[in-house]
Amino acid sequence: MRPRHALTNGTGFRATMSLPGVLVTFGLVLFAMVLVVALAFRINDGAFLKGPMSLANFITILTDSLYARVMLRSLWISGLVTLATVATAYPVAWYLAFHAGKRRGLILFLVTLPFWTSYLLRVFAWKVVLAYNGVLNSAMVSLGIWDQPSTAFLNNPTAVIITLAHAYAPFAILPIFVALQTIPRSLIEASSDLGASRTQVFARIILPLSMPGVLGGALVVFVPTIGDYVTPAMLGGPSSTMIGNLIQAQFGKANDWPFGAALAVATMLVILIAVILLRQADRRWGSRV
Amino acid sequence: MKSSRILPAYVGIYIVFLYLPVALIPLFSFNDAIQAAFPLKGVTLSWYRTLLETPAIGQALINSLIIATAAAAISTLCATTISYLDVFPRPVLSRLVSGLARMPILIPGVIVGIALLILVNLAGLGPSRPAIVMGHVLVCLPAAVTVIRARFVAIPQSLAEAASDLGASDWTVFRRAILPLAGSAIASAFTLAFLTSFDEFIVAYFLSGTEPTLPLYIWSQLRFPKSLPVVMALGTLILLASVILATLAEVLRRRSRI
Repeated sequence: MRPRHALTNGTGFRATMSLPGVLVTFGLVLFAMVLVVALAFRINDGAFLKGPMSLANFITILTDSLYARVMLRSLWISGLVTLATVATAYPVAWYLAFHAGKRRGLILFLVTLPFWTSYLLRVFAWKVVLAYNGVLNSAMVSLGIWDQPSTAFLNNPTAVIITLAHAYAPFAILPIFVALQTIPRSLIEASSDLGASRTQVFARIILPLSMPGVLGGALVVFVPTIGDYVTPAMLGGPSSTMIGNLIQAQFGKANDWPFGAALAVATMLVILIAVILLRQADRRWGSRV
Repeated sequence: MKSSRILPAYVGIYIVFLYLPVALIPLFSFNDAIQAAFPLKGVTLSWYRTLLETPAIGQALINSLIIATAAAAISTLCATTISYLDVFPRPVLSRLVSGLARMPILIPGVIVGIALLILVNLAGLGPSRPAIVMGHVLVCLPAAVTVIRARFVAIPQSLAEAASDLGASDWTVFRRAILPLAGSAIASAFTLAFLTSFDEFIVAYFLSGTEPTLPLYIWSQLRFPKSLPVVMALGTLILLASVILATLAEVLRRRSRI
């Protein structure tokens, strides 16, 4: 190859084109994750990454029941949020796939727009709604429905679940919609021609074929919510501390970075297990054509 | 399948519920009271006036704009090259890189934040604007790759092959044959990345030095009940900008389909 073409053709071209992507994926994504794992096996002795390895952090996580409790609470909260989001999103995706007609583009845009607006502001809006002297209380009192404002809405796991479910509501629609849309109409017609009732068509044809979308939607809601920091910090109070808050505390007040890294590794393992279980579920129930 | 009336009604209620809490922010930003509560007290623009008179907000806005522009430019460049190599020549490494680039969507923001914090400390950089840019590149990359890759996949391979057969170098094929066809999708990915970075809080929370971005400024003000109306005025402007940019991205994306 002539040197003039070194960067415009063949391997030279590929090397140049690969550079930004390789730098970012290996140099940032992969390297940063390796650092987290490495730091998780260190102790908080001020030597950062240079020093002997130890399992101490993981032993603490496994033996101190606080961490199991917070992890289970995070799983429980994000599990409920995922369930609520997927269940409420399914009919919307159904409408978009089968009935929306000309309005499809507009509705799709309307349900995805909140995705691109500030998450912090969406959570803040719920604080405005649920606060003691907030919108809900003041509206109910001034309408004469309640005698006095209630503190029951804020600082509990329910507030966190409602806010997260609302904030992540549209995330599940798109994957389910895509899955429903790709189901061949001939399959649905054939099964009803052969005498299947509408319930049977749904249970035996449509639901199994849309399962990859349902599980995909579940994943995009589950992952960010299990590690969420903002919502429990702003609305949850001490009774709904989640694993993301514990991790943040290690890098803030508690100032024990290695332990925070170990908590992050434990969280990633839990997410990995959930992904594997979802894959298994997909293989088992998400029968593909 | 016959469409009943229940389903459209449900979709309508769903959309109203989706927007209702957020709509309170603009509503109360014009309300003449510190407390965000009913009944409304009267219309005022004083919170917007305070907004303009607070230099810290202007500074945070400038920081956010710089960071979002840099993060969007870098992630769009990376997403374009990654997607091109993944779709057209398809070597194994490129497919691996493309997969890795979309992986951060499976990592909670808190963990992306601490991972980058460890990295920038190791590199001696520490929390700073460049650190936030790095973090935001990771956050923006999955969506940018997804948007641009989808566009490249829709372009017939034969086009690249024909250009190549007619003597175009690899670079010419990329720049003259494929890139012009993906222009709108790339612009759409840039806009969405810009928006993502502009609104992003948690990664920036770990990586900011002395100069806060707008979401960090908002977070710092949430503790003070007196500054909440100004936060609502600021939030209204941010929401407005987000809606305009997201609409622009959607228009660009639709155009790229033709």
